[in-house]
Amino acid sequence: MMMNHTLKSQCKVSPGTSITGKWHSQTYTIIKELGFGANGVVYLAKHKNTHVALKMSDNGMSITSEVNVLKSFAKVQGHSLGPSLLDVDDWQSNGGRISFYVMEYIQGPEFLAFIQMKGKSWTSVLFLQLLNDLDLLHATGWVFGDLKPENLIVTGPPPKIRCIDVGGTTIQGRAIKEFTEFYDRGYWGLGTRKAEPSYDLFAVAMIMINTAYPKRFTKTIGGLKQLKEAIRQKPELLKVEKVIVKALQGDYANARQMRTDLLDTMVEKPAISPRTAGVGNQSLKQTQQKNTKKSATVTRQTYRRKKKKSGWMEFFFIAVVLGLLYAWYTFNNLP
Amino acid sequence: MYTGKIRQILLITDGCSNQGDDPIAMAALANEQGITVNVIGVMEQDVIDEKGITEIEGIAMSGGGVSQIVYAERLSQTVQMVTRKAMNQTIQGVVNRQLQEILGRSQTMEDLPPEKRGEVMEVVDELGETVELEVLILVDTSASMKHKLPTVKEALLDLSLSLNARSGDNQFSVYVFPGKKNDVEKLLDWTPKLQVLTSVFSQLSTGGITPTGPALKTALSAFNQKPSLRSLLSRDDESYFEESM
Repeated sequence: MMMNHTLKSQCKVSPGTSITGKWHSQTYTIIKELGFGANGVVYLAKHKNTHVALKMSDNGMSITSEVNVLKSFAKVQGHSLGPSLLDVDDWQSNGGRISFYVMEYIQGPEFLAFIQMKGKSWTSVLFLQLLNDLDLLHATGWVFGDLKPENLIVTGPPPKIRCIDVGGTTIQGRAIKEFTEFYDRGYWGLGTRKAEPSYDLFAVAMIMINTAYPKRFTKTIGGLKQLKEAIRQKPELLKVEKVIVKALQGDYANARQMRTDLLDTMVEKPAISPRTAGVGNQSLKQTQQKNTKKSATVTRQTYRRKKKKSGWMEFFFIAVVLGLLYAWYTFNNLP
Repeated sequence: MYTGKIRQILLITDGCSNQGDDPIAMAALANEQGITVNVIGVMEQDVIDEKGITEIEGIAMSGGGVSQIVYAERLSQTVQMVTRKAMNQTIQGVVNRQLQEILGRSQTMEDLPPEKRGEVMEVVDELGETVELEVLILVDTSASMKHKLPTVKEALLDLSLSLNARSGDNQFSVYVFPGKKNDVEKLLDWTPKLQVLTSVFSQLSTGGITPTGPALKTALSAFNQKPSLRSLLSRDDESYFEESM
């Protein structure tokens, strides 16, 4: 958005252009543009017969800053948080020096497009994956920051959610570097712009709302009231209302808690039959987390209610039988 | 480590100045004193005329800052991006100067190999988080801005939300032009919180002329009064900052 004119003129590279780095002398052939944002343009490129994604910007600072984030991700074992970093270099173009970095090409549809294609049954699976990844990310001391559907890609098969564009990724405790209003808790008047895990979880909740409102909506009265109203109008959101609202309020300290709660809303209630929810499973239920306990107590209560009902039936039956026996007895004893 | 302050003027306007000093010259004067001038041009459906755009870009260029022309709806996000970007530019300027001192002439961050650049960037990031920031906001309240003022207020509250998430201190001050009696009027004295704006902004009246140049001049003196009070407490920091600029 900022300095669009300069960005476009300097970083617009036509397909077929060869880009050779000044420092590492690797050559990349541009295939096509994949997208462009505030901090540069991303291209699909070919390097030694493999496809790579190449991001360039005339703002060297933002390139360096993103490279720092990707480097620190690479240190995490079994990383799948962001794309893996392949090369960093400068390119002397006709228009001047342009900094760029090269990363793994993550191929697939964007989050919302994927759900539209494959159906809503995938929604919760992807959110569970996302929360898992965020939990890992937060454990390394970072917050993703600019979390939105456009920055989430579903690769596969099997479908796996991946985060691209680490431009907003911020060290925990600092001020969020980059954000998008709809997914930003500050915009809705529901919190600060300090990089904390709960900042990302708010964005996750907004993405959930976004799945039911693909065109998003703008702030009117703002705050929890407007968002709650939006949730109530969509049955698919109502099912997970508790989880969304908790995340909007910043009640989750970490992604794992939110994931557990979300998983809990998806366990189909009728599957727990009164018998299995009874004595036999009680010890097992207690070892599970708090949240699951809540649903377990609900089913146990209904079980007890049923038990109570059948108790009354039993009482009446016995009373009637006894009454009959007594009547028969008195009838027989009549002179 | 660098412990100076970053000083910025943020000018929010929707057109060309039509009275008093040349605003581009005033911006250059600010830049000479180590104060960066950023300009945001607010559009609506109507487009700002070519002359207005040229002036906006000219002020930012000679003020060593960033300019951006946006639709009113995008104002919040733009205000914080412009402020942050200009802040990073200033910090990078300071860091580059220090690099030149260590590595010799004409060596800037861009001349370092990418690996080393990352380490310098960490320093820049760290400074951006902790440095003390003073922003003087200068709002054009000429007649054509009248119905954009609620959006401007929202954007400024949003700015204080963004900047107050940093661990460094912030000081804000708000001036409007034209003022009731003078070319420019102080709306809010230096304060760390902009929330007070909510009440003052609703009472604003708008006027006909656009004295951008005189407004910038007054803004400069608002900075100049401040350090004279503060330098009693932290003279070293002040002079250090001036030097590194």
